[in-house]
Amino acid sequence: MSTFPISIPRPVHPTGIWGWFTTIDHKRIGILYGVTAFIMFLSGGIEATLMRLQLAGPELDIVSAAVYNQLFTMHGTTMIFLAIMPLSAAFFNFIIPLQIGARDVAFPRLNAFSYWTFLAGALMLKLSWIGGATDAGWFGYAPLTSVAQNPGTGIDFWIISLQILGIASLAASFNFIVTIINMRAPGMTMMRLPLFTWMSFITAILLVLAFPVITVALIELTFDRYFMFNFFNVANGGSVVLWQHLFWVFGHPEVYILILPAMGIVSEVLPVFSKKPLFGYKTVVLAGAIIAFMGWMVWSHHMFTVGLGAVANAVFTVTTMLIAVPTGIKVFNWIGTIWGGSIRFNTPMLYSLGFIAMFLLGGISGVMHAVSAHDAQQQDTYFVPAHIHYVLFGGAIMAILSGIFYWFPKYSGKMFNERQGKISFWLIMIGQNVTFFPMHFVGLDGMPRRIYTYADNMGWNFWNGVATAGVFILIIGFLLVMDNIGRHWKNGEPAPADPWDARTLEWSIPSPPPEYNFEEIPIVRSLDDWWETKQGGAYKEVPASGGLGDEGHEIHLPQPSYWPIVTAVGLFIAAYGVVFNDLLIPWALAAVGLTIGFIGVYSWSLEPVNDPEEDSTH
Amino acid sequence: MHSSNTKLIRFNKIPKTAFLLSLALLTLLLTACYPDHNQSTFDPRGPVAAKQLEVFWWIWWGGFIVFVLVEAALIYAIFKFRVKNESDIPVQTHGSHKLEIIWTAIPALLLIILMVPTIQTLFYMYEAPKTTKPEHTLEAIGHQWWFEFRYPDPTNSEKEIVTANEVYIPVGYPVAINLESVDVIHSFWVPKLAGKTDMVPSEGNFMWFEADEPGEYYGQCAEYCGTSHANMKFKVVAVPEPDFKSWLQAQSNPALESSDPLVQEGTGVFKSAGCTGCHSTKTVVNKGSKGRVGPNLAHVGSRRDLAAGMLKNSDENGSVNDALLQKNLRTWLENPAEVKPGNLMSSGAQVYTDPDKKLTEEQISQLVHYLSSLK
Amino acid sequence: MAQEHAAPIHGEDEGTTTGLNHRKMLMWAFLGSDCMFFGSLIATYLVYQGKSLEGPLPIDVFDIPVTSISTFVLLMSSMSMVLAYSALTKNNMKGFRIWMISTAIMGATFIGFQVYEFSSFANHHVEIDCVSPGELTKYEQHIFDDGCSSGEAHAESHEGLKPQTNLFGTTFYTLTGFHGAHVTLGIVWLLSLLLLSFKKGVITPEKNLDVDLAALYWHFVDVVWIVIFTVVYLFGVFPGF
Repeated sequence: MSTFPISIPRPVHPTGIWGWFTTIDHKRIGILYGVTAFIMFLSGGIEATLMRLQLAGPELDIVSAAVYNQLFTMHGTTMIFLAIMPLSAAFFNFIIPLQIGARDVAFPRLNAFSYWTFLAGALMLKLSWIGGATDAGWFGYAPLTSVAQNPGTGIDFWIISLQILGIASLAASFNFIVTIINMRAPGMTMMRLPLFTWMSFITAILLVLAFPVITVALIELTFDRYFMFNFFNVANGGSVVLWQHLFWVFGHPEVYILILPAMGIVSEVLPVFSKKPLFGYKTVVLAGAIIAFMGWMVWSHHMFTVGLGAVANAVFTVTTMLIAVPTGIKVFNWIGTIWGGSIRFNTPMLYSLGFIAMFLLGGISGVMHAVSAHDAQQQDTYFVPAHIHYVLFGGAIMAILSGIFYWFPKYSGKMFNERQGKISFWLIMIGQNVTFFPMHFVGLDGMPRRIYTYADNMGWNFWNGVATAGVFILIIGFLLVMDNIGRHWKNGEPAPADPWDARTLEWSIPSPPPEYNFEEIPIVRSLDDWWETKQGGAYKEVPASGGLGDEGHEIHLPQPSYWPIVTAVGLFIAAYGVVFNDLLIPWALAAVGLTIGFIGVYSWSLEPVNDPEEDSTH
Repeated sequence: MHSSNTKLIRFNKIPKTAFLLSLALLTLLLTACYPDHNQSTFDPRGPVAAKQLEVFWWIWWGGFIVFVLVEAALIYAIFKFRVKNESDIPVQTHGSHKLEIIWTAIPALLLIILMVPTIQTLFYMYEAPKTTKPEHTLEAIGHQWWFEFRYPDPTNSEKEIVTANEVYIPVGYPVAINLESVDVIHSFWVPKLAGKTDMVPSEGNFMWFEADEPGEYYGQCAEYCGTSHANMKFKVVAVPEPDFKSWLQAQSNPALESSDPLVQEGTGVFKSAGCTGCHSTKTVVNKGSKGRVGPNLAHVGSRRDLAAGMLKNSDENGSVNDALLQKNLRTWLENPAEVKPGNLMSSGAQVYTDPDKKLTEEQISQLVHYLSSLK
Repeated sequence: MAQEHAAPIHGEDEGTTTGLNHRKMLMWAFLGSDCMFFGSLIATYLVYQGKSLEGPLPIDVFDIPVTSISTFVLLMSSMSMVLAYSALTKNNMKGFRIWMISTAIMGATFIGFQVYEFSSFANHHVEIDCVSPGELTKYEQHIFDDGCSSGEAHAESHEGLKPQTNLFGTTFYTLTGFHGAHVTLGIVWLLSLLLLSFKKGVITPEKNLDVDLAALYWHFVDVVWIVIFTVVYLFGVFPGF
């Protein structure tokens, strides 16, 4: 079959670099996601370090006010959209098909597309440093984002790259929802799904429902900026508070999008290293679902000082406090999991235990925010960055590090150095507390957040100095992590299939897994099926053809494709065309990009999953 | 199988260390409250902030107990259940409904208890006491990056008295504040008197506070509002009511004329250099009239700070030191962008944008004298 | 590797856990997401309803009978879509093509109405007889006050309703514009399927999923319009509705 409108011969299992460009193997895409997101994480870390240096003492002049404001805006946007979300996506990609006993995801090319689109959005955002990045905060409150306040292209880059990242996230989420519902191995009922898969599933649903809201908010902002619409134009009756509502209706579910996968990782690691099943599997799943559901009813707790009135604030106080209950259940169930176990303190386990300890603190300061009467004092002070870093660093990043080490043997096929891993854990653990705990103090001591400098007489000098010192401990910790991972990925000892004596299906296959994952699709008989099998339960593999009703007896894999990356490139060009819409011929570049994207999508939709050239029965 | 199982720390040594550590941590926590600091929330000087701190202690103790119990359970489990024999397989418990119900119910109960003082305080914050006098109702307007204040004119209900960056209030009376903004969202915050409320353009907001004792209270914009967000501060000066009245009376009058020739020349420069385009020296204006772009300067020489809290003119007891004031005025006039990056004067006033119209050394001296005479 | 010589069964067409096709499930997930998209746009519209500082307002520009016709046409296109799908499953390729064309034409008619509506709103002009103005809307009253004060015979305004005019214009054009874009995309999709149906073996009674998905999308867009028509048009003109 030819591919309309242009015909290019299909890539046939290319090797080397080119193989990575056209790959649709979920494992390779997972690694691409992971490596890219980690680089983005480092770039966000550099931004954070510069900010901490500027705040190390009063009235320092390391960066200017304008640069500082760009730094904190880019740091927030980077860490949320370019680091934590895609790091989670890296695990979704690599692990989920393995955990549910599938050979790939439901839409391999869509998966590749989501990665390339993510890369396009990430590059776009980061390149906006050239010529001035956005400085309106990651929350982009109107009217700071208006043309009058912010005539530069920084905001435009921010808007468009968030839109592109949204497309990437949506594509990935659709894919994982379908994959998890529809590609489970025989016997893998929903209530036998490993917890990481469950939490990813809930995350994907949240994402699919939350992202359109920010998409609309950003469209409205775009129209305001480009075509003088009135959405957030106060002079014509527009309301700047509407932006806040839209942003946080997305933004709060987004918080759970960031933390639920982390909770999933921890729920995998704790049972394995305690040699015990997760305590109250059903409760933990249910708690995750309740958190996701209630996540939609708490958005205005970001707006307690906006003046919504006592009644509205009271309502959101109640809902916000109640969301602590399912979160608490999870923490208790994790402790229940290790209770009575036989705990091995390998690096991943240390990170997961560190997660519980730190996340608990973040949870408690979260409840403190929920006390809206006192939140009037906390809001927009350093108490909030303290909280968010206990939740997202002590929480999400610790869990992600746990996952990076836990699955390292699986994705690299090598073993890392335990000793180095443990040292890095203690450094990061100490470093984050030295960095982020003092923020509680200066916050309640009246230091507003997002200030590029502070006066000498405010009494904030000491703890700011301490916080900055902590950054260097963190840096050493992360250098050790990178060295550990990088060096051993190349030269580490070969890893056995199941180094941790684990419980889930991904450990039943070799490390690294073959391209087709499972030689024979497993039949699942219980929760933690692999563990039960090792304990002498009846575990049986079925031939590839048996379980899913294929005909034929060979393993079929989808073929690589050019179109996902072509489409993503088209989007990238179009996005630049939107930002620089007045170059030479107005909107021409955007039109070129869109055309390329359109050709990509069109050819893709006409390209069969597997080229039938060798097979005329199609 | 992996081999490394090195214990980095001898675990049996831990409990004592942990105890000492947590003691040290607690001491740190308590000393970190710093009630003597300018913007400490632990030093309420009025009923609103006091009530807010009260709820904080509720949640603080609640949170502290939960924290200690849960971390203790976690640490206990970590020590108690560490692997003794690699081949041991512990009992494979899958959960316990009873336990799960308990640890659902107890936090829920705790939180419901916590909601009561929270919501009570919330309603307390939102409604100024009925005894609030109309003459104690003022208006605070956010600008990038300074605060404008307006008082009702006691002698004429159609007029308002305008001032900037320094707001006097009578001690012992609830003060109602209507909040507005002319550009972006700001947030009005005096930590020792009350939590913050946002100043949202075109959507009026309201808050109230009361000072229990005379004094000077630091305030700062809390909502990110652009380049010089960090440089947007103000002071609340609480004085006994008679002093408040006489201060307001003084504010409504123009500054005393001075016969100093430098001041006279400065008046001329103030007009010829275009300062009057943005700054007014008239304090009494029609109610609801649109304010000027820049702060009102009628009594700039009497204010404790210059440039919205950036340069301190006053000594320890709050009285303005003329030498300091003149030095600050000079610093400001020579290069306002240095003091407050991005400010509208350095980007908008011709004397700063047009090199040909740059203020001469002499003009600056004249202006400094003129402005410092505006008491 | 051996698996390269495989039958094209795997991936998007393979057997599934639930028995539901992957792509169908994807479509439902997408529609759920799209619901939130339109939900947010409609919410914005509702938040700003009645908040415009100046006219024209819905009551000034809407022509309910005209929009009712285009609404009716769009609803009928859904029926036509059902008939197309049904014809396909009955192996009536000719019927299938006819109904597909008719669906696309009705969709295009709807878009035509929208283009007409947009341009007539943008060029909306008011002329008021100063002597006997009759019953005036707030906006017309405003023009009357402005234009008739100096003793002239007529007051008129050619301002029209543009997205920049007021909040109503901003929210109205954005909401209905995005709906129109959805319909346009649907038309392109339907026509593509129509073209493909002339290629042998691409669309058959057994391989009807492509048509099924397009139909799902088409009906969804249709349902969204019913909500928009009610919320924007009917509520806008009959405030007590």
